[in-house]
Amino acid sequence: MQKPIIEFTNFNFQYRAQSNPTLIDINLIIHSGEKIIIAGPSGSGKSTLGYCINGLIPHYYKGNISGSLWIEGQNSENLKIFDISKYVGTVLQDSDGQFVAQTVGEDIAFALENDAIDQKEMISRVEKTSRLVDINSHLGSTPRELSGGQKQRVSLAGVLIDRVNILLFDEPLANLDPATGRYAMELIDDLAKNTGSTVIIIEHRLEDVLWRPMDRIVLMGEGKIIADTTPDKILASGLLGTYGIREPLYVTALKYAGIKITEQMHPSSISLMNMDTIKKPLQHWFEQTAETKILPQSNAVLSFSDVCFSYSADRVVLENINFNICEGEMTAIVGKNGAGKSTLCKLICGFEKPEKGTIELFGRDMVHTSIRERADFAGLVMQNPNQMISQVLIRDEVGLGLKLRDVPQNEISERVEATLRVCGLYSYRNWPISALSYGQKKRVTIASILVLEPQIILLDEPTAGQDLRHYTEIMEFLQTLQKRGKTILLITHDMHLILEYTQRAIVIADGKLICDNHPAKVLTDDSVIKPANLKETSLFSLAKSAAITDPFEFVKKFISFDREARQSCQQ
Amino acid sequence: MKLSTRTIVAIGIGAAVFLVLNRFVSIPSGIPNTTINTAYAFLAFMAVIFGPIAGALIGFIGHVLTDATAYGSVWWSWVIVSLFVGAAIGLSWKKINIENGVFGKKEIVTFNLYQIAANLIGWGLLAPVLDIIIYAEPSDKVFMQGLVAGLANLVTIAILGTAFLAIYARTRTKTGSLNKED
Amino acid sequence: MSAVKMLSYIKRDSPVHHLNGVTKLITFLAWTIVCMLSYDTRVLLAAMVLSIVIFRLAKIHLKEVGFVLAFIFFFLLLNDAAIYVFSPEEGVKIYGTRHLIFQISDRYTLTQEQLFYLFNVTLKYLTVVPIALLFLLTTDPSEFAASLTGIGVPYRISYAVSITLRYIADIQTDFHNISQAQQARGVDLSKKTGLKKRISGISIIAVPLIFSSLDRIDLISNAMDLRGFGKKEKRTWYRARPFQVMDYCVIGSVLFLSIIGLFITFSDGQRFFNPFLG
Repeated sequence: MQKPIIEFTNFNFQYRAQSNPTLIDINLIIHSGEKIIIAGPSGSGKSTLGYCINGLIPHYYKGNISGSLWIEGQNSENLKIFDISKYVGTVLQDSDGQFVAQTVGEDIAFALENDAIDQKEMISRVEKTSRLVDINSHLGSTPRELSGGQKQRVSLAGVLIDRVNILLFDEPLANLDPATGRYAMELIDDLAKNTGSTVIIIEHRLEDVLWRPMDRIVLMGEGKIIADTTPDKILASGLLGTYGIREPLYVTALKYAGIKITEQMHPSSISLMNMDTIKKPLQHWFEQTAETKILPQSNAVLSFSDVCFSYSADRVVLENINFNICEGEMTAIVGKNGAGKSTLCKLICGFEKPEKGTIELFGRDMVHTSIRERADFAGLVMQNPNQMISQVLIRDEVGLGLKLRDVPQNEISERVEATLRVCGLYSYRNWPISALSYGQKKRVTIASILVLEPQIILLDEPTAGQDLRHYTEIMEFLQTLQKRGKTILLITHDMHLILEYTQRAIVIADGKLICDNHPAKVLTDDSVIKPANLKETSLFSLAKSAAITDPFEFVKKFISFDREARQSCQQ
Repeated sequence: MKLSTRTIVAIGIGAAVFLVLNRFVSIPSGIPNTTINTAYAFLAFMAVIFGPIAGALIGFIGHVLTDATAYGSVWWSWVIVSLFVGAAIGLSWKKINIENGVFGKKEIVTFNLYQIAANLIGWGLLAPVLDIIIYAEPSDKVFMQGLVAGLANLVTIAILGTAFLAIYARTRTKTGSLNKED
Repeated sequence: MSAVKMLSYIKRDSPVHHLNGVTKLITFLAWTIVCMLSYDTRVLLAAMVLSIVIFRLAKIHLKEVGFVLAFIFFFLLLNDAAIYVFSPEEGVKIYGTRHLIFQISDRYTLTQEQLFYLFNVTLKYLTVVPIALLFLLTTDPSEFAASLTGIGVPYRISYAVSITLRYIADIQTDFHNISQAQQARGVDLSKKTGLKKRISGISIIAVPLIFSSLDRIDLISNAMDLRGFGKKEKRTWYRARPFQVMDYCVIGSVLFLSIIGLFITFSDGQRFFNPFLG
């Protein structure tokens, strides 16, 4: 066995402002060269554990520490954050926050600049390191010229250049589209192989992290380590669901087919999985299960006909877009970053005007209506709730749109209260918004749009950065709104969301609408997956491995079966 | 004095926000040639949170870059006033100690006394004197200009600056005392 | 994307672009100081002509800065008008003589001295413009922090400036998104609405911008601490441009010209050039 590189012994931590400890009795040994996932829902202490490893605790976050933490054979008590940064390189979730310099080259060199390394040496080391992550042809680019995946590679190069032995990733997949996320995992894996680094990934998207083999999963819950074992054992244990971590979809499919998950099956990877025992029951399930047909479409509430848009002559953003959205549908708009999804949103809300073509809401051409009038038909909920909230109290924030429309005070109170009840926020109505969790804040912003009673609600990445519990909470809430007759449009690159909740997906790639179809189509058709930076769902791969006659039909059946299963589970 | 990384970043981001507010979020007040400029309310807000050095530098860098990116040159006399106002309001930092989450009557009065003094001295005295020294402009004109600008900023800070700080203080309060209502 | 244009670096291949940022910063500061101190028409005119020549060298086209120049001319005319309204005989006071051209009323006269004074005020403002524009348009912003440190600014503060330059565009985008979303909720900043509503509208847009920027500050400062920012007394710069012979020549000439300019200005004991005497 290798030597331990990180060792927590009876370690506890309590934030200064909190009344309970966040980490309780942590005993964890990580060996040199291991690849570890730290998984757990929000509030489980997984990020706090990361802060302890990279030194932000106690440098920035103050609190009480007891027990010991050794890093590279040294007691962390004696290490300053600057010392630790020589051993541990951290890649943060928000690559825009980590990219502090003005160009790629400078940002990679940042740590060397701080060490006052000679310029000549910096230039050669930046050149070499940037090759490792394949960003060497962009050294002069600014962050705005890069995609999310490229920015993350810059962050990675920025810590690799310091020749650290431990790489710590804080939710590396949260802001990436599926294909880029997969590429990121491959890159991390290759780097670890070539450099022998120890890799620690804090992430709750297990299926995506397990795209490349990992040595261990440390499962955390309520500040404690619940399990610390191999991925195969964890998947077989059934602990994931209990602690709010989503198991891989193909594992769910196996369970639906009545197959018992065991360690010996190698459930952590479809390609390694032993298919012999699985094939029969899976095929049987496929034949037995019928797909519930979706109700026929109702009348269109939003339609785009031949819509074109560009910011300047040389950069066309949208080209001849045609689609109808029907009343009461939940539709996803997907596509890689910069493909024109947000612009589509802005066109619907009237923030931008189409160059050609017409946009109709309820059969009315919207060319001459103002932004504010349009909001009565279609309301937009931004991705970051902090970018919408301007009031101190919940009820004021929710009532703001009405107040600005000069609605009488008693009517405002009535409508705000009714909306708060729908949104499950009524008992918090007099709280300051700052006391709410991120998910609750999100709900406040949805309420503040809902109160204006638009028929269509547009949401930009509603579940980005949320763990399974908050994701489910938000999506179930949107589903209740849908059942009340609202039409819901979501911009997302969350494949689970598309699969679990939407009736349709519209795929935009390079300004063109390339697919408008059932979600199963979007998750299985290569001609859609490739240009839109999506990835094939693992259900499809499973079905193919299990020699199912019609894998596409299998995915469709799974979707319909899964929705019913979850619904009956809730009742 | 060695500034902390957080203060350095606050200066950098503060100056960028100052510039954006200055360019995009100033509205005519109804009095000719006078705008309600949120940028100064923001400057006062940052000065109280991060102190006089941050206040001075946010005012200075923010104003230089606003002038430079908008007009291609820099009006130094007024830039110096922004630096002065940021620093002067920042002096109230230790007295108010907003991180405690308390921004009551006493703190509001302290904040406004500092900002009123800063604006009157800065715009009413410093700006015109510098304009006379550097550009030899007529004194009646520059004192009038300075006074109008000073009063506009004073009122803006009194309303919006106080409001921003009150909101900020709320985000610092402990949440233990809250109960759900039915 | 936005209706308001921002001046920024234009990448080109010109002798001015090749100069070190420190050289350009020193030139800009020397120019500014001389033009602030001097009121000597001859010095200002010479500086003006010279700056236009350098402007040509930098291969910046007039149409790229046209909107700014138009704005500056408008501002200066307005300023001249204001000066005249407040003090129609300021020129007479300064130059000590009175050559009346014609009289409008008791208070408002038009004199040669006033016209000359207004010409000088305008010139004084204008002389700095080409050099300031050049500095802005030809200096790579990513080289700027290194230049500031080069003239003696502490590196921590230089880095604050670099952060500003890095994040202006992001914050501008945030602002546009916030502003549009809040307009959809009903915020109206146009002149149609009353002052009170406009102020509350402004804060509805400003508050989310300000508070999301505070979150950004914490995030960025953690990211910087994690990579060792500020641990040493010294810092080197990846993008610093080494000094070349041309840089020394330019700095030398600029300092020499500045001293001459100031000498000419103050040789007669005051900063004004007075053609009305003698």
